[in-house]
Amino acid sequence: MAAPKKLTFLERSSYRRRRIRDVMRVMPIAGLLLMFLPLLWPKGEGSGYFTSAALIYLFVLWVALIVIAGVLARYLGIEPDSLPQQDKR
Amino acid sequence: MVSFQFLVFVAVFYVAFLFVIAFAAERSAAKGKGKWLRSPIIYTLSLSIYCTAWTFYGAVGYAARSGLEYLTIYLGPTIVMIGWWWVLRKLVRIGRMHRITSIADLISSRFGKSTSLGVMVTLLMVVAATPYVALQLQSVTQSIAVFSQSAGQGWVTDDLDRATLWVAVGLAIFTIVFGTRNLDANERHHGIVIAIAVEAVVKLFALLAVGIFVVWGVAGGIGPTLELIDKSPIAEWDQHSGRWVGLTFLAGAAFLTLPRMFQVLVVENADENNLLMASWAFPLYLMLMSLFVVPIAVVGLDRLPAGSNPDLFVLTLPLAEGQSFLAIFSFLGGLSSATSMVIVATIALATMISNHIVTPIWLTSKGAGAMVSGDVRQLVIGARRLSIGGVLLLGYVYYLLSGGSAALAAIGLISFTGVAQILPALIGGLFWRGATRWGAVAGIGVGFVVWTWTLLLPSFGPDAVVPAAVFDNGPLGLRYLRPYALFGIDGIDPQLHAILWSMILNTTIFFVVSVLTFPQPLERLQGAQFVNVFEHSQGARAWTQSTAEAEDLLVMAQRIIGAGEAQALFQREAQLQGKASYLPDVTPDFVAHLERELAGSVGAATAHAMVGQLTQGVSVSVEDLIAVADEAAQILEYSNRLEAKSAEQERTALQLREANEKLTQLSIQKDAFLSQISHELRTPMTSIRSFSEILRDGDMTADQTVRYSGIIHAEAVRLTRLLDDLLDLSVLENGQVTLNMQRGTLRDLIDQAVSATGSGQAMAIKRRPAEENVPLYTDVDRLTQVFINLIANAQKYCDGEKPVLRIVTRQIGGSSVVDFIDNGSGIAKQNQQVIFEKFSRLTDARKAGGAGLGLAICREIMTRLGGEIAYLPGQGGAAFRVVLPPAS
Repeated sequence: MAAPKKLTFLERSSYRRRRIRDVMRVMPIAGLLLMFLPLLWPKGEGSGYFTSAALIYLFVLWVALIVIAGVLARYLGIEPDSLPQQDKR
Repeated sequence: MVSFQFLVFVAVFYVAFLFVIAFAAERSAAKGKGKWLRSPIIYTLSLSIYCTAWTFYGAVGYAARSGLEYLTIYLGPTIVMIGWWWVLRKLVRIGRMHRITSIADLISSRFGKSTSLGVMVTLLMVVAATPYVALQLQSVTQSIAVFSQSAGQGWVTDDLDRATLWVAVGLAIFTIVFGTRNLDANERHHGIVIAIAVEAVVKLFALLAVGIFVVWGVAGGIGPTLELIDKSPIAEWDQHSGRWVGLTFLAGAAFLTLPRMFQVLVVENADENNLLMASWAFPLYLMLMSLFVVPIAVVGLDRLPAGSNPDLFVLTLPLAEGQSFLAIFSFLGGLSSATSMVIVATIALATMISNHIVTPIWLTSKGAGAMVSGDVRQLVIGARRLSIGGVLLLGYVYYLLSGGSAALAAIGLISFTGVAQILPALIGGLFWRGATRWGAVAGIGVGFVVWTWTLLLPSFGPDAVVPAAVFDNGPLGLRYLRPYALFGIDGIDPQLHAILWSMILNTTIFFVVSVLTFPQPLERLQGAQFVNVFEHSQGARAWTQSTAEAEDLLVMAQRIIGAGEAQALFQREAQLQGKASYLPDVTPDFVAHLERELAGSVGAATAHAMVGQLTQGVSVSVEDLIAVADEAAQILEYSNRLEAKSAEQERTALQLREANEKLTQLSIQKDAFLSQISHELRTPMTSIRSFSEILRDGDMTADQTVRYSGIIHAEAVRLTRLLDDLLDLSVLENGQVTLNMQRGTLRDLIDQAVSATGSGQAMAIKRRPAEENVPLYTDVDRLTQVFINLIANAQKYCDGEKPVLRIVTRQIGGSSVVDFIDNGSGIAKQNQQVIFEKFSRLTDARKAGGAGLGLAICREIMTRLGGEIAYLPGQGGAAFRVVLPPAS
C-alpha cells in the first residue's frame, strides 16, 4: 500500500516515451505561437504582404503540425502506465 | 438544369440511405459484430460534426467578407486536438470513469452532483444552441431555394418557411428514432454515429469536388488562382490581430464545450486509444475542409454578379458554370453538414434537458418513494423525445423570428461565445481541486449575463430587443454598462469585446468565489476524483452505511436501465461478493457502483438523488471523508506493522534454526556420549574385573598382588570420579546445591587453582597478580573448581608449541572478569556453541581422559554463583571469560 515509487532514472525506451510526451505538450503551444506569427507582418495597402502568402504559410504550418502529430501518435501508442493499474471494476 | 423534383428525389433518397445505414449499424452492434463501429476512423469522422453548414456554406461567405479570418475557427480546434495530451485525454478518461452523459452532467458531477448547476448549464446550452440550430435549418432552406430559383420556380417566403418546417420534422423523426431507441447505460448511439461518419465523408468530398472544380476547372490551376486571390478585394494582408487571437481561442474553447462536440468527443468515445488517431486525423480533416474555401470565395467574387450571397457560392458557382451534378453533390454535402449537426446537438441537448430538468422536477414533485412506484425509464425516454422536438421547434421559431437574414458567421460566433462560458468551470474543475460549486455557479452566471448583454441581445439589431438609445447611453443612463463599451471602454470590436469581458469576468469571479467558499464533502470527493483521475482510478465511496434494501434498489434500477440489464448488474455484483443469489449485499461500494451505472442513463445528479431517496439520504459527510483518509492511513500503518512483524518472525525463525541445529548436534553427541560413557564405565570395570579375577585365583607374589590391587584401586577411583562428576552436575542442574559463602580474594583462588593443577612445568602461566586483588564473597571452593577446570582444560587441549596460558583480570562494566587465554589453535566456530553442553568433547576421548562434563559443570556453577562463563572468540587461541559474581 506504500505509494508507488517514482523512478528517477528510466531505461532507454521509457525515457524516449517521456520525451515524446514532452514534444506532445510543447506542440500546441509552439503551433499557436506560429499561427500568430503573421500578425506581426506589416499590414494594409502597399505593405507588400498579401493574403495569398499568409494562406500558403498557414497551410504549410498546418500540414507540418498534422505530420508531426501523426508521427508522435505512431511512436507513442497509449502508454501502459496511464491505464488504471488496479481495481478494474 | 436540374429539375426541382429531381433535387427533392435525390434528397429523399439520400436521407433514406442514411436511415438504412443507421439501421444496419444498430443491428450489427446489437449482434455484437459492431467492433468496426468503435474504430478510430469512425470516431474521427464523427468529430466532423464540428463542421456544420456554417462551415460548408458559411466559411466561403466568411472568407469573401473577412479574408483569412475564417481559418481561426479551424485552427483553434486543431490546437486542442494536437494538444490532446493536456485536456482531452483527461476529459475522456473522466467521461468514461464517471459515465458522463453530457457537458452539463460533467459540470454538475464535478461540483458535487449539483442539480442547480446542471439546470444552469443546460439552460445556457439551449439558449446558445438555438440560433445555431436555426442557422442549419436556414442553410438547408436557402440551398433548396437556390435550386428552385435556377429552375425558374422562385419561392416566396411561405414556401421557404414550409420547407424549413418539413426539414425540422424530418430531422426530429430521424433523431427520435435513432437517438432515443435505448436508454443505454453508456449512452452510445451506433446508428447515429455511423450516419454522421457517412455524412462526414460526403461533405468533405463535396467541398473538395467543388474546390477542385473551381481551381482547375474555372480558374485554370493553382498559379492563376493565387493571382486571382492577389487581385481580389481580400488581397491585402490586413488582419485584425485581436480578433485573430480571440477567435482562435474562442473556437478552441467552443470545441471543448459545445454540447454536440462533447457528445462525440467524450460520450460516444468507445476507446481512449481513438484519440491517438484523431489527434492528427481530425486536424487533417479540418485542413482539407478549409483548403479550397479562399479559392471558391475569390472565384465566386470574380465570376458571380455583384450582390450574390457569398454564403451560397459553394452552390451557385457550380450552377452558374452549368455543373448541375456537382451542384447536387454540393447540395448533399450541405445537407449532410446541417443534418448531422442538428441530430447530435438535439440529442445532446435532449439528454441534458431530460436528465437535469425534467427528471429532477418529477422527482421533487413525487417526493420520496417515487423510485419504486413510477416508471422512470419511460419518463426519461419520453422527456428526451419531447426535448428533441422542443429544441427543433425552438430553432424553427428562432428562424421565423430572425427572418433568416443574418450572416451565417455572426450567428455561429454568438453561439460559440455562449458555450465558451463553461470553459473556466470546466478547466478549473479538471485541474484545480479548489474549484467549488459556488465558484462555478457565479462564474457561469456572470459569463452568461455578460454574453447575453454584450452579444446575444444586441445581435438582434438596434431596437429589436435592446433599444437603440441603450447602445449609445447605456441602460438607465449608466454609460459604463453600454453593451458594446462595458466600463466605458469604447472602440473594441463588438465580438472581441464580448469574448474579452465575458471570459475575464467569468474566470475572475469563478476563481474568487471558489477561493472564498468551502466545498461540501461530496464536492471535495468528486473534485479529488476528477483532478487525480489518473492516479486513483477506483471509484470513491460517496455512501456510508446504507439502509436501503437490495430489492428496492433492484426495482429502481430496473425502472431506469431496464430489467435485463439491471438483473445482470445485480447478479454480477452478487457473484463478486461471493453470493449465489441474485441480490448482493448493500455495501457502500455497491451503492456507489450502482449509482455510477445509473448515472450513465439519467446523469450523476439525478442518479445521486434517486439513490439518496432509497438510502434515506445517508450520504457522505466530512467525517466519512476523514474516516476514509484514516482508513487509508490505518492500512498503511497496518502494513508497516506487518512488515515489522515479518522481519521479527524472520529473526525468530533464524534463532529457531540455530537452536534446531544445536539440538540436532547435541542429540548426535548424546548418542555418541552414551556409547562413550558405557565405554568409559566399561574400561575401568573390565580391568577391575580381570585383575580381581587374577587376585581371586591367587598364586601370586606379594609384589604382583600390591600392583594389581593398586590398579584395581586406581580404576575404582576413576570410576568414582566419573560418577561423582555426573552426580555433581545433576545436583547443580537440579538446583539442590547449597552454597558455602565465604570471603576471599581472587588471587588466592587462582593461586590455589594453579597449584592444584600442578601447572607451571609443562605450561607457562602468565599472570598479573597486582590486578588480581579483587575481594570476593562467594562459594570459594566452587569458584576454585571452575578455575581448576579451565586451567586443566588448557593443559589438556592447548596444542601450541610452547603452551602459554595468560590469566587476565579486568574490570568491565562494573564487574570483574577473568580471561583464560591460551596460545593454541582455539575452538572452531561451529563448536563454540556446544562446548558448554554436557557430554560434549571435541577431541578424542582417550586423549582427553575426561567425560566431557567439565565445562558443563563450570557453567552450572557460575550460573549458581550469579556469574557467567563464556567462550571468548578472536583471542588467538582458546579463551574463556569468567564474569565474577558481584562482591557484595
